[in-house]
Amino acid sequence: MALKSSTLKVGDTHKERVVENLSRTQIVQYAGASGDYNPLHTDEVYTTQIAGYPTVFAHGMLTMGLTSKMLTNYVGPGRLKKFGVRFTNQVWPGDTLDATATVEAIREEDGAKVVDLKLSTSNQDGKEVVTGTATARVDP
Amino acid sequence: MAKITFPVEASHIMMFARAIGDTSPVYHDAEAAKQSEVGGIIPPPTFVQAVAQFDPDYFLRPKPGQKWFGSAKGPSGIEGKPTSSGGLHAEQHYEYHLPMHPGDVLTAETKPGKTWERESKRAGKLTFRERVTEYRNQKGELVVTARGVGVTTERPVDQG
Repeated sequence: MALKSSTLKVGDTHKERVVENLSRTQIVQYAGASGDYNPLHTDEVYTTQIAGYPTVFAHGMLTMGLTSKMLTNYVGPGRLKKFGVRFTNQVWPGDTLDATATVEAIREEDGAKVVDLKLSTSNQDGKEVVTGTATARVDP
Repeated sequence: MAKITFPVEASHIMMFARAIGDTSPVYHDAEAAKQSEVGGIIPPPTFVQAVAQFDPDYFLRPKPGQKWFGSAKGPSGIEGKPTSSGGLHAEQHYEYHLPMHPGDVLTAETKPGKTWERESKRAGKLTFRERVTEYRNQKGELVVTARGVGVTTERPVDQG
């Protein structure tokens, strides 16, 4: 369901758990779907012995994709005008992520109502892994 | 940079949505999507990242007859490779101009953007490189603009 600008107010939040106990297999699934086979994400031997990380870690774009699930559930499919993120910490197998959108502004753009959102995705330790912003079309 | 032809396909959208754990019917159920506001299957917001599948030279995909830097008999298929942490993704931004559906054929054209450096306590010298990709449909209309920022680190990111 699309959001209505008449019922939205600055400071409203929407929060979803977008993954629980992230599996290495889901990271492999994302590698296959996206075509990004960087061994840092799927190859434990390479990642620990050559790259020097404690284990494989998720593609930033998997975390952005998980964050997008919360976003499209909130604003409705096909409503986004802009969506941008910064990757602030790595996401590891076993992580549980919560994604939150907070209403920053409700305004008009090109003659239609839009909402500006601040985005934040955090892991089970409260560490932020993604911060971002989005703008979506909303109903009057 | 060469232009890449990117056919938008329903099965690819379904697999991509599964990979991000998104069960919304607009990504896999043609009938339900038709009845919805979007009028047919659409891809998730980050789907254009899968353009990598259609880049014949994409360096993060193993190719027949070429050495691959991931592990095989040894920890890396390329011996003597420096233990660099390689590149990481720092930022990604999308602007959505027009809807996209299966059957559309996109053309992606990437141009390099700004480059900058910064010192960090956790990973040494960071070098940032921006890339801007425009995705146009078969009518030549701009559908999505993507701006990505990659970062190469001097050493692996400290987890402390």
